[in-house]
Amino acid sequence: MDIFEIFLTASFWTAAIRIASPLIFATLGELICERAGILNLGIEGIMVAGAFAGWMAVYSGLGLWPGVAVAFAVGMGFGLIHSILTVPFGLSQHVVGLGVTLLATSSTYYAYRLALPEVTSPPSITPFQPLEIPLLSKIPVIGPALFAQTPLTYLAFAMVVIVALVLYRTPLGLAVRAAGENPQAVAAQGLSVTAIRMGAVMVGSGLMAVGGAFLTMSAFNSFFFEMVSGRGWICIALVVFGAWKPGKALLGAILFAAFDALQIRVQQTPLGAGIPYQIFLMMPYILSILALVVMSRRAEVPGALMVPFNKGER
Amino acid sequence: MPDQTEAQVVLRLDNITKTFGALTANDAVSLTLHKGEVIALLGENGAGKTTLMNILFGQYTADSGGVEVMGAPLPPGNPRAALDAGVGMVHQHFTLAENMTVLENVTLGTRPLFAPGLNRAAARARILRLAQDFKLSVDPDARIAALSVGERQRVEILKALYRDARILILDEPTAVLTPQETNDLFETLRTAVALGLSIIFISHKLHEVMAISDRVVILRHGKVVHEGAIGDTDRHDLAARMVGGEVSAPKAVPGVAGAPLLALRGVSTPDRGSAPGLKTLDFSLHAGQITGLAGVSGNGQSALADLVGGMTRPASGALVLNGADVHHWSPRTAVRAGIARIPEDRHKTGTIADFDLSENAILESYKDPPFSRHGWMNWRAARAFAQRIIDSYDVRCPGPGTRIRLLSGGNMQKLILGRVMEGAPQIILANQPVRGLDIGAVNYVHSQLLAARDRGAAVLLISEDLDEIMALSDVIHVISEGRLSPPFARGTMSPAQLGVWMAGHGFEETAHAS
Repeated sequence: MDIFEIFLTASFWTAAIRIASPLIFATLGELICERAGILNLGIEGIMVAGAFAGWMAVYSGLGLWPGVAVAFAVGMGFGLIHSILTVPFGLSQHVVGLGVTLLATSSTYYAYRLALPEVTSPPSITPFQPLEIPLLSKIPVIGPALFAQTPLTYLAFAMVVIVALVLYRTPLGLAVRAAGENPQAVAAQGLSVTAIRMGAVMVGSGLMAVGGAFLTMSAFNSFFFEMVSGRGWICIALVVFGAWKPGKALLGAILFAAFDALQIRVQQTPLGAGIPYQIFLMMPYILSILALVVMSRRAEVPGALMVPFNKGER
Repeated sequence: MPDQTEAQVVLRLDNITKTFGALTANDAVSLTLHKGEVIALLGENGAGKTTLMNILFGQYTADSGGVEVMGAPLPPGNPRAALDAGVGMVHQHFTLAENMTVLENVTLGTRPLFAPGLNRAAARARILRLAQDFKLSVDPDARIAALSVGERQRVEILKALYRDARILILDEPTAVLTPQETNDLFETLRTAVALGLSIIFISHKLHEVMAISDRVVILRHGKVVHEGAIGDTDRHDLAARMVGGEVSAPKAVPGVAGAPLLALRGVSTPDRGSAPGLKTLDFSLHAGQITGLAGVSGNGQSALADLVGGMTRPASGALVLNGADVHHWSPRTAVRAGIARIPEDRHKTGTIADFDLSENAILESYKDPPFSRHGWMNWRAARAFAQRIIDSYDVRCPGPGTRIRLLSGGNMQKLILGRVMEGAPQIILANQPVRGLDIGAVNYVHSQLLAARDRGAAVLLISEDLDEIMALSDVIHVISEGRLSPPFARGTMSPAQLGVWMAGHGFEETAHAS
């Protein structure tokens, strides 16, 4: 198969959108945190915890949607830990973020061993099934890609619209953005910077966990520790790539996912046979770095990102 | 002026006391503001003005005493309550989000957080109406980052008016304005008073206080030391009451200009973000002269200061030092060439907060004997040097081993002054040398600069305070958007004439003429 023919196959685009879905959730989560002025490096670990929590909830007998809710709640819990340390205590966001990642990952491992002490390979659940939208899913190429996905993918796309609307069209979004630009401006208008920032980090962390849960409840049907494998870090780059805007972040997530879907397929072409497969594995990351360099040069970083707010100091 | 016995009392501060540890910032301060009245709140740095206003605005909680707005007590420690009661504060350092529009900044926090929409159309209409009523021209959809300092201040005032403020508190509002912008601000304030608002105006510029206020309240060491109608007093009297004694500002007698010690020939530097670079500047500093650089902040002052201080090199043009062209310009060569640098921000670039006084005293000369020899430090010499500065410049501190962060701004500045003056420098770069200092320290720094001039040094004085520039300088240049005006000799220009240049007018004509 020729490389360019790959772009015309429905399976390529379907895979790209599926791979993009967890990235969309987690990127939106990180974007909300950073728009409020908090860098959340706990993202990688929170995704692991979310993947486990959602899957475990379903395995224990809950429905799929309640499972998503459990993942969201677990994410909010880690977001609470992160935000208490970074907002009222004003500790280093780098150190706290990495700490939360380690804490979330290791406590997930601990919970896994407590819950399933005997098993050698993790049990599987019945994940979300593709939901074909009548008529629309029959459009060639993009029909199956966009309109024959699982409900969680539809939710991911809906979240982009919801987050954009809240950020730009509501007083709440205005307050969140202002907290990330200049917390003094928020305090001077009689609002609580602490409450706004903590709320943003908790909701953002919840979305990250749902991104992780997508992997165990929609993309696959079981839980492995390696399954998040750096997706959280990619999302941090995607926020920069998207210039802290939900729509652009969505494009970035799809672009990265398309690279990922492409490299698997190129490996199987005659061209790919002669090249070590590790080169192809690198490709999405290299292309992402290049795109990041190009896209982020004009980006406007939130003015108070990573700047703790101390009342009374100006 | 309203009849004070008849006019309605809108604000009453009653016996406010606030202590921070051993320091009493406010000591039983009482103050009454009437409808349609402008009160000037005067006092030196540390007199307790800002603390008092922060208590009124709910950012601090008073230890004792109470605040009443429109006859109703204000719950302490709650900025929201103060806003809702109609108290609006325009902070000295603006509280605006730069990446957002005027409309977004003004409406922030004015609707319940979980309300469904922003209702931009209504907000825009209201902002435009307020702007018209109060003569505050500003574009609601402009981004703050694109606005001048004067426009940003109008946004701050609009923020308060949008919330139906009946009492406006302005903290040093004219510090960053040109004389014309100050006049516009006063026009707005007079309009506001005519519409029934009341104003507390915090300042230390006495002629402005005389111009705008009905009554004056003076704080010293946290206590009210004077309160009275503005007509019963004059500037000299106010200054004396503020410091608690006669004030004698150093008298500057015209100096005799000598040879040019440092000259710039057609020097340009690149723009840095929103800060303009220098645009083909020709300029020289003469021995025995103080050259004042006036201008609104952010018009290229830092570019010029960095250039003279060796922090940057000219992108084009030449730097001539004592008649010879300079190559390899760097901070080190600047120090070696005898340029004394008094930096704009003594905390960020002047000192290292957690280093002690002796370490800070040798920051520029630690590589040279006697402070180091063969790569080893001689701390004994450093301590002796610091002690000498402490003694001769009257730095109030426990000793050379004190961490410099524990010093007040004035004492920190005295150490910096001593550090650079001990070598009897020929060229002195004084960038905002008295910013944030009280009158005593201001007079001290000024007298040192005048003394240096009298012994033949060339002084470049950069300041945003036009009064300071006009009092000390033998020659004044105005800088605007990186362009430099011709030199104006002492006494040839009025503040209003300089203000025209500060606003960016006059440069084109000069360019055509030359």
